[in-house]
Amino acid sequence: MSAVPAREAMPMVDEPMRPQRSRTATRALDLLMRSLVPVVLALVAGGILLLILGRDPLQFYSDIWHGGVQQGSWQDSAVRMAPLLLIAVGLIFVFRANIWNLGYDGQFLLAAAVLSGWGPSLVTHVPLWLAMTILFLVAAAVGAAWTLVPAGLKAIYETNEIITTLMMSFIGVGVANILVKGPFQDPSVNIPQTKVLPINKMLPTIPSTRIHVGVLVAVAAALVAYYVLTRTAFGLRIQVLGANPRAARHVGVQVRKLIVSSFLVSGALIGAAAAADILGLWGYSRANWNPAYGDTVIPFVFLARLNPLAVIPFIAFYAVLSTGGDLAAQNANLPTDFLLVLVALILLFMTLIEFVGRRRELGQSYLPEGLREVFRKPLIRRRPMGTEETA
Amino acid sequence: MSSIFHQTVLTALISGGIVAGVPLMLTAIGETISERAGVLNLGLEGMMLVGAYVGFIGAYYGHSSWLGFALGAIGGMLACSFMIVLCVWLGLDQIVVGIAITLAGEGITSVLQQAQFGTSYPRLGAMGEVHIPLLHRIPVVGPAVFEQHLLVYLGVVLVFVLVWVFRHTNVGLNLRAAGEKPEALDAAGVSVTGTRSYAVLCTGALAGIGGAYLSIIGAGVFTPFMTQGQGYMAIVICMLARGRPAWVLVASFLFGICLSITTALQLAGINISTDLVNMLPFIAIMVALVLFGRRSYLPPALAIPYVRGAR
Amino acid sequence: MSAAAHLSSEAAGAGQRPPSSGAAPVVELIGISKAFPGVVANDDISFDVRRGEVHCLLGENGAGKSTLMGILSGIQRPDAGQIRVDGEAVDIGSPRDALELGIGTVYQHSTLIPALSVLDNLMLGDTHKLRLDNEGARKRLEEIGSTLGVEVDPSARAADLALGRQQQVEIVKALWRGSRLLILDEPTSMLTPQAVEELYKVLSRLKENGLAVIFITHKLHEAAFLGDRISVLRRGQLIGTLDESAVKSATPDQLEQRIVDMMFGDLAPSLAGAAELKADLGEAEQLEAVQAEPAPVSADEALTLERVSVRGEGSEPGLDDVSLTLRMGEVLGVAGVDGNGQRALAEAISGQRKLQRGEVKFLGAPVGHVGVTGRQKLGLRYLTDDRLGEGLVPGLPVSMNIFLKLIGEAPFWRQGRIRKSAIDARSKELVERFDVRTPSIDTRAGTLSGGNIQKVLLARELSFDSKVVVFHKPTYGLDLKTTQTVRQMIRDMRDGKAALVISTDLDELLEVSDRIAVLSRGRIVGEVKPGPGAAEEVGRLMIGDVSLGAAEGAAA
Repeated sequence: MSAVPAREAMPMVDEPMRPQRSRTATRALDLLMRSLVPVVLALVAGGILLLILGRDPLQFYSDIWHGGVQQGSWQDSAVRMAPLLLIAVGLIFVFRANIWNLGYDGQFLLAAAVLSGWGPSLVTHVPLWLAMTILFLVAAAVGAAWTLVPAGLKAIYETNEIITTLMMSFIGVGVANILVKGPFQDPSVNIPQTKVLPINKMLPTIPSTRIHVGVLVAVAAALVAYYVLTRTAFGLRIQVLGANPRAARHVGVQVRKLIVSSFLVSGALIGAAAAADILGLWGYSRANWNPAYGDTVIPFVFLARLNPLAVIPFIAFYAVLSTGGDLAAQNANLPTDFLLVLVALILLFMTLIEFVGRRRELGQSYLPEGLREVFRKPLIRRRPMGTEETA
Repeated sequence: MSSIFHQTVLTALISGGIVAGVPLMLTAIGETISERAGVLNLGLEGMMLVGAYVGFIGAYYGHSSWLGFALGAIGGMLACSFMIVLCVWLGLDQIVVGIAITLAGEGITSVLQQAQFGTSYPRLGAMGEVHIPLLHRIPVVGPAVFEQHLLVYLGVVLVFVLVWVFRHTNVGLNLRAAGEKPEALDAAGVSVTGTRSYAVLCTGALAGIGGAYLSIIGAGVFTPFMTQGQGYMAIVICMLARGRPAWVLVASFLFGICLSITTALQLAGINISTDLVNMLPFIAIMVALVLFGRRSYLPPALAIPYVRGAR
Repeated sequence: MSAAAHLSSEAAGAGQRPPSSGAAPVVELIGISKAFPGVVANDDISFDVRRGEVHCLLGENGAGKSTLMGILSGIQRPDAGQIRVDGEAVDIGSPRDALELGIGTVYQHSTLIPALSVLDNLMLGDTHKLRLDNEGARKRLEEIGSTLGVEVDPSARAADLALGRQQQVEIVKALWRGSRLLILDEPTSMLTPQAVEELYKVLSRLKENGLAVIFITHKLHEAAFLGDRISVLRRGQLIGTLDESAVKSATPDQLEQRIVDMMFGDLAPSLAGAAELKADLGEAEQLEAVQAEPAPVSADEALTLERVSVRGEGSEPGLDDVSLTLRMGEVLGVAGVDGNGQRALAEAISGQRKLQRGEVKFLGAPVGHVGVTGRQKLGLRYLTDDRLGEGLVPGLPVSMNIFLKLIGEAPFWRQGRIRKSAIDARSKELVERFDVRTPSIDTRAGTLSGGNIQKVLLARELSFDSKVVVFHKPTYGLDLKTTQTVRQMIRDMRDGKAALVISTDLDELLEVSDRIAVLSRGRIVGEVKPGPGAAEEVGRLMIGDVSLGAAEGAAA
């Protein structure tokens, strides 16, 4: 599936050459279809599931619309977008390099704990804009720092980053809890949580809305990321590394440095997501709090084909879904976790559509991919990642 | 020192380690099977939750832990059938599908639990403990080790059966070949798809049983998200054990102790942060990885879909 | 070639067997067709093989040989046609079906699992019983081994065996379940001359035992030497089969001439420059003429390796104390059997691999500590052999692939920002100059044909102030026309530049090089000037001093 660049088997046969123009047009349409169809199918399947559970799907979805868009609730959805979008962009950076940073929870929560522990005292000492800037940077630094060990291990020993980031995530969540229950706990309340930022000491909002500056930061980050990834040498190097690590080494990309730097960027953005969420919306951290944003963001990152611009509407869609979902789930007497099912369905349908599309591209809808690959057999010797040459 | 580790504490420690370690062990063993066969299964968390929920329902209405485990196994297999169809048969990305299964498992069990029980969480009574004659009278170790549910012992037996299977049977050889070099297995006339499918099915069943143990024996109740990342822990255990079942056994028990040590220490009058203790195994592993980073090994064909004729 | 005499005498001895022309074919292919999107790989091919014969299937890369074998061994399914085994129509849907029908295959790429023992590898697929039958397998190995005249340590790890030995295990594996037909797909491509001779011996023993053998090769002399019958495949079509009487009655020269006629005789109009290609095949005779070309070698050292050692990767050796000098205006060939340190040599020069000891000098200046990009900028280039694996990013457009080694460099990037117009303009120019056939420069490079991909890489390595280029298997797997073009480009390097050509194709080296160094087990074991007798000399050096005694023993 092309959503995950390097793991896809690259089509590289002598394709019959088609006229270029019609191809571009069909390709654009194809992309749109491949992105929207899974969402529609998932909503339909989710509706069927609701029917089975004895709920009215139309009511459910109209509640989502009602609670997520209408009567100004779109503003809540926009606010919810801030952390989601920042995490999405952070994940895009590493996924493009074909690196699996699955430690987003730890990075996010640790950054959240540190900044909400330190924030309340900072805002009383320095001007608000400076305090906010510092806190954003601190959060980014914490998030980035938490990726250092997995990044280093991958760069030096090629240790699988899936397990290392997962473990660092567990550790990060633990440390965050210890911090919130320990040094950062607000002594004036009984529950383990940090001091609450006063409303007027949080991120400023756009006049006459509830939308805070963090949302703009997130959108700006997506725009910048798009530029960096598509128009700069750094972005191209990441793309080369992700598509073909051996080619990266061959053409002189400093692979180790690039692994570490893309990890750091990713961690920093995820840390910044925590800043946007805490400083813009919550104002404090609770122990054992884990919104698990990353899990739900991943499908949309894939749907957007790792494109930071395309991810914006998808994240907006999910923000509406989750904001409105609160109301809808309440009305339907279901837990909001039902949304997880929807997200999972989107993911599954996406992989399926991807599969169908790939077959269609080949002009053969039922034969396995291997058949066309036989042709390049004399030309290449593709080795699975990390294997030695044995022949 | 001696005052801390008096009998009850030790007993509680070991017993807690077993209770917490068994679901990890079962799941990690399952993951070992599929990783050996070249399928990276990130959906364990979801499979465990499905197993936990379905198993709980079975035990709750059927009043039998065994019915619970059986249903848990079926639930796990059902959840992993997505993985089989999408990843093994159609060759789609294992990581993406794994994440989807985890999300779906988390969501659907939470939804079903509320649909079934509203906001109440019914409990099960203790069930199915076996007292192994004589042995359970051994001080300290006896009550901890030899008064467990029969499944615990079956699980341990399973580990050794698996060691034997890997080493001495055709099935084991096929599994290893599917992970090391699937084209070789195919050329030898054994279906890679089939081998991997059965491996993943085993994973699903074991993860389901692991989850069921968690809800039926461990907690006696099903709560949404009750696995709390244990599926991921199982993956970590499996990768650290480098595909060797006996190491999975040891590692799971150690993780289990870490997960349950706070309770034991509280018995001893020591109050230590659960968070810290829960982190310990991961910290230990990270330190080990930093120190011995070079030595990690994964099957070469792990997470790479096999398509005949592609090289 | 004393072993040749040895083998042909045996072949004559084998003449006592009943004339195979009367024997019913073991396997028969009737009207097999197979198409892939855009290409017809096999077009109405009929072909058979009989007991006790070696039927050679000859053709260029891409002629459809591997597809045909894929169909026989159950990897592919034909679109049309019939396969008969012992006269009965069968359906081979999977490798398992093929094995059960008695068709064993030794694939071009090893199917041994490196981490497993020989015995485990052999037992793989015996699913009748649950328990592994170690004892039975050991006996079976001894039995087959003694038939073949090979001896393998059953408990050795496959990865630890030499390539020739690994192939013997593959043959044992192919015969494990009582095969009657053995298919060998390009079996000599990875072997030392000595191991090739051993293989020939094994084959003659197989023939004596009444096995049918299909031997696939693109090497004309192999086919002429080994085949009882020879079939020629071209562009998916079976051009014709030389039957036993035709093969036997002809002298080797006549036979080769006939095969050449079959391969290129009817001057297919679509095959532009076929005459030139035909000349290419006869080029061995023209070697002298090529050599006569004066090489204006200057005294300037272009590239010097001073006692260089680098680490190997996996089973592939590194370099051990290698010294080489390449002068400006010179083409230096490096011969050797695959897997003797070629990649280590290329990567040590390109900067992809760290030097453990020694120094690499470029134009007299040490560059051992300069990175890949630095050497690239100086004008030291490396054309990789693994074009799709490391040369190309298939998903990127042709233009980007041409500029992959210049990422971030002015004037194509300015302060890290890409200047698309500059890149496009230059790409268009290069695509034209190197005659890359692509719909546009924005086409994804992965969709191009092998020859055009190589041209993209050549455009990258030979442009932008390129001075010295390491060519690693520059024509491997290319069609003959592109091969000719590439070789001409290498020869053109004599004009003020220099080239190091690493190749396993000795004929190629003899054609393009001024000198040929021989690489064996990570060491340079000698140097040869192309000319009469050069091939034998290189071959002798390739076997190496270590196994020389063994080779003599085999020849005796």
